[in-house]
Amino acid sequence: MSPPGPPLWLLFELTYRCPLQCVFCYNPIDFARYDQELETSEWLRVLHEARALGSVQLGLSGGEPLLRDDLEEIVAEAHRLGFYSNLITSGVGLSEKRLTALHAAGLDHIQLSFQDSTRELNDFLSHTRTFELKRRVADWIKAHGYPMVLNCVIHRLNIDHVGRIIEMAAEIGAEYLELANAQYYSWAHLNREQLLPSRGQLEAAERVTNEWRARLGERMRILFVVPDYYESRPKRCMNGWGSTFMTIAPDGTALPCHTARMLPGLSFPSVRTHGLREIWYDSEAFNRFRGQGWMKEPCASCEERDRDLGGCRCQAYLLAHDATVADPVCAKSPHHQVVVEAIERAQRTEVVERPLVFRRKEESIARL
Amino acid sequence: MSGTDLHDRLRPVIARGFRLQWEPVQSAHVLLYPEGMVKLNRSAGEILQRCDGRSTVAEIVADLERVFDRHDLFADVAAFLALARARGWVQLDYGTRSEP
Ligand code: SF4
Ligand code: SF4
Repeated sequence: MSPPGPPLWLLFELTYRCPLQCVFCYNPIDFARYDQELETSEWLRVLHEARALGSVQLGLSGGEPLLRDDLEEIVAEAHRLGFYSNLITSGVGLSEKRLTALHAAGLDHIQLSFQDSTRELNDFLSHTRTFELKRRVADWIKAHGYPMVLNCVIHRLNIDHVGRIIEMAAEIGAEYLELANAQYYSWAHLNREQLLPSRGQLEAAERVTNEWRARLGERMRILFVVPDYYESRPKRCMNGWGSTFMTIAPDGTALPCHTARMLPGLSFPSVRTHGLREIWYDSEAFNRFRGQGWMKEPCASCEERDRDLGGCRCQAYLLAHDATVADPVCAKSPHHQVVVEAIERAQRTEVVERPLVFRRKEESIARL
Repeated sequence: MSGTDLHDRLRPVIARGFRLQWEPVQSAHVLLYPEGMVKLNRSAGEILQRCDGRSTVAEIVADLERVFDRHDLFADVAAFLALARARGWVQLDYGTRSEP
């Protein structure tokens, strides 16, 4: 196997704290366990080490990254070092003053996440009154000359409102709208029965999206991402384990992707005790699923393995309870039936009685 | 306005949201944007480096021809800029001449 390239893409999950309680949250279910956040000086040191390794893209997310009051300082240092910085925020906690400071610090790009366009549903889904605020934040973002990029997570409970979501996005002047179906990890996996849309819902949503695309043309680009459960081949996860991406969790744990923490039997090194170069090139965790040497059948001899690299390790673990097997989304996987059954259940018309689990600290603690 | 006139007036500039920089680890110019990065070959890097929003296409060609001691670069530069524009990497400013 040829040696891996640099970790071109670095993601800082600055904190797991968040004012929202999204039912599809991608943070680990046991996030309450990891409340010892890195200090400013530690984040800055990691920036230096990563840049020396060749990292160029820096994502700043969380939780809600705006809850760190050293965000401006981190952005400024990233800019000075030559990172292209991208803030991924719900907009809660953003003021015009703060945005001006972030802009001055050299922030390159902002992606604003939006739960839904209908106020009630939005407030219901994120459990807070954030809707009007997002509208305001969108205005500030544009006023600072950033492209207005909106991301809205789609699922069974809001997918029927896609037309309204698109309309609202156009109204506030979004230039790019990502309608990404929830990916079923972490909290979304916990709530999957209530969140996975039916085939009919998906088809209707895509139809509506296409009508809006035709109407809006160049004015707003819309990306629609279907849940991979409805595909017959898995996605190439993170461009390959340990090939391009490195996530640093709030407590300094280095991960090949932000959900990898759930995989059992792997100990992920911390930037508190290890240098980034050593973590990236030499740690057991980053080498565990690099390349294709770890593959079993049907992947090991599959003609398509260069394309999808056997899919996602976390999904294999979540659905087949074994991180070393083919991603069960793949129709060739011996575990594919699990996905088929989940999809079959999603075609039902009656309402599921089970309550949604909101991403709250108490819910996290209850599941430790 | 003839084609030549146009090249005397168009001032290409790296598009909003994109950033061009030299990456020592890769020994190449790269173009950074929200979704990723393009590693540029040498000539693309040389051309884009000159897309500062002040120089016209004609001036960029003249500068490259001087630096590389060539006199036939116009077609290559124009073709690359058309491609770069199609990909959204550069914007063309039609403004009238105004020296900084
Ligand atoms: S998905 Fe929602 S709850 Fe989770 S970090 Fe993002 S905004 Fe917060
Ligand atoms: S068998 Fe494995 S390598 Fe082949 S397509 Fe399925 S997941 Fe990909």
